[in-house]
Amino acid sequence: MRPHLFVGRAETPIAFVETVSGGVRLKALDREAVRAGLQPGLTLADARARVPELEVYEHDAHADHEWLERLADGCQRYTPSVALDEPDGLILDIAGCVHEFEGERRLAADLEERLARRGLLVRHAFGDTPDTARALARYAGAPAPDEKRAVKRLPVAALGLDEDATTALSRAGLKTVGDVMARPLATIAARFGEEAAMMIRRLEGSVKGPIVARRTVAKIGVERRFAEPIARTEYALEMLAELATEAAAQLADRHEGGRRWEARLFRADGLVQRLRIETGQPTRDVALLMRLFRERIDSLADPLDPGFGYDLVRLDVALAEKLDAAQLKLEGGEAQKGEVAQLVDQLGTRLGRARVRRFSARDSHIPEQAELMLPAAEAPAPTPWTVPETGEPPLRPIYLFDPPQPIESMMAEVPDGPPHRFRWRRTVHDVAHSEGPERIAGEWWRRQDIPTRDYYRIEDRRGRRFWIFRHGLYSEMEAPRWYLHGVFA
Amino acid sequence: MNESLALIARLKRIATTGMPTQGDGRADDAWLTQGMAKAQLHEIFATVDDSASGAGFAIASVLAAKAAPVMWLRTEASERQGGRLHATGLVEMGLDVTSLVLGLVEDEASLLRAAADAARCHGLGTLLIESWGRAPKIDLTATRRLMLAAEASGVTILSLRIGAEPVPSAAASRWQVAACRSRPLEADAPGKPAFDIELLRRRGGQAGLRWRVEWDRDAYIFDQTAFEAAVFDTETGGDSAALPGAGVSVATDRAAADDAAAFVRRTG
Repeated sequence: MRPHLFVGRAETPIAFVETVSGGVRLKALDREAVRAGLQPGLTLADARARVPELEVYEHDAHADHEWLERLADGCQRYTPSVALDEPDGLILDIAGCVHEFEGERRLAADLEERLARRGLLVRHAFGDTPDTARALARYAGAPAPDEKRAVKRLPVAALGLDEDATTALSRAGLKTVGDVMARPLATIAARFGEEAAMMIRRLEGSVKGPIVARRTVAKIGVERRFAEPIARTEYALEMLAELATEAAAQLADRHEGGRRWEARLFRADGLVQRLRIETGQPTRDVALLMRLFRERIDSLADPLDPGFGYDLVRLDVALAEKLDAAQLKLEGGEAQKGEVAQLVDQLGTRLGRARVRRFSARDSHIPEQAELMLPAAEAPAPTPWTVPETGEPPLRPIYLFDPPQPIESMMAEVPDGPPHRFRWRRTVHDVAHSEGPERIAGEWWRRQDIPTRDYYRIEDRRGRRFWIFRHGLYSEMEAPRWYLHGVFA
Repeated sequence: MNESLALIARLKRIATTGMPTQGDGRADDAWLTQGMAKAQLHEIFATVDDSASGAGFAIASVLAAKAAPVMWLRTEASERQGGRLHATGLVEMGLDVTSLVLGLVEDEASLLRAAADAARCHGLGTLLIESWGRAPKIDLTATRRLMLAAEASGVTILSLRIGAEPVPSAAASRWQVAACRSRPLEADAPGKPAFDIELLRRRGGQAGLRWRVEWDRDAYIFDQTAFEAAVFDTETGGDSAALPGAGVSVATDRAAADDAAAFVRRTG
């Protein structure tokens, strides 16, 4: 769905096509095209022959999905629990959410009006369960006095079964859902599959289909609605700061601090802009939060665009952790640590959490697997590092190449020794001093065929120190290759 | 009023920062051992082949100055070209890696932005900015900003510039670091990290000083005495004919190296 294509240009019929085996076929049509007698599934050539002025676009399922996601985001102004009903439906759980609108009909009217502004035609229905609502919205039958009877009047296609089963049902003379419901479920299940019976149970309401909400309801959420949309981002941020103060007060009552925060700015035209920030330590510090939000805004690819203005600003605390009132140590140690943590948060917000890292030791003897770089915000517990022996030179390089870089060993070496001369990065290095081998076997308990590595610490005639290894023993393979794995200071 | 007070304070600080005096061996030594003046920006240059020496010297001077915690900023390009930082190796240099935060940024512009933030963080001891290649964005203006931030926050900033040519900058000092042959251990094993260091420039001070030092991880000092006697006896053939007198032999050593050009002294 591409609204800009539709708005204000109702005259030409439009079709979306996709290439399936055997040719280009129509996938979706606008109203004009349907009126002109076209149907999905027709080949493009046929359609063109019938309606020469047909405008054709490539069908883009991914863009449709994204668009639906955006609409779903927008619908979160009504309820936190919104589910996608692919490819073109949304299910809103509005239980307990209608008080803002004095009734569900007013809510639906508001929603329809908003979507109409974006050029969307929608059909809605209310139901006690997600399945009934879905079936009623998609296959509205004849008017009925109540929901139960409305469901019974739905065509069998509303069961959402595959084509064969649907045809089989109508061949058996079962035209409506009510017809199917009148039969014993066991026979339906035996003849048309367990799925048909399950759908009947769901529409009856005896089994509840799950609504897969796109998000979980946050522990703490505060929001501000504006009668008149606010068009200045600066003002919206001031509102956000007020909301943050409210949320911080709520958190303080619970002796908690937020780690993950999400601000959503709902635009009057239905778009939602979301800003997510995360901190390494739980916090209730409004100034810090606002700094991080501004940081996040600066790092956006598209700047915040208020468009016609925001009419709802919402702040959720998605993750909260225990945080008691801070007590500073006299020496200022805690304060110093806190400042580094703030810097980590700030940089993590701008660069991405995974780019600000700390090292953590791992229990492995394979050099490249012996350590991990973890996001610093996750604050890994300090792991003990092997303390180097007194008097020894460093046995591991400070820069490690991953993957190791192949080198060309240029002079015949003694069978178990390092090369006397090698070429790396187009430069020839003459080995002056060397130590080794330090034999590091592969993890044979995982895989058998990993060659053993023989590592050498070497120094060339200009004083550069390298860590090289031979990949494989001479007993293991014919001509093992040499690699440079790291450089020493 | 406030401005002039700040100016006086700054002038005082500049006046009191220790200045090396050539000819007095002890003063040189002390100055090097203490590392670089705190709360200032310093530049460390190294060629691409000597990248590890540059980084090693930077880490060693952090340790000698006891200026942890460290924030190390590098670009993705440096990681591709120069390899990943290996924590085990840093531990073996004597660094407590739990006090190290690594920031990996996309490009030079974000490197400078991240550096500007980190430079303002009082909690840091040292900010290490690693850049590869010419890095034209790290210019006089950028370095002046960093310098001001360092003076305000007390964070020592080391700008490690690998494969770059010195350009005018506001740094308090500028060093050139190259690998230096170590004193071999038993069985001809490579010895402790050794550096060939030249002080190219120093604000308001002498330049052109040259040291050949070994990093002593256990004592956290640059050991200058190590090379005075031992190294030239063991060095035989192949490389260059060692001239008597340590200070001079360094220079001939360098001339034999392929990248002698980098050692032409510049003033920025």
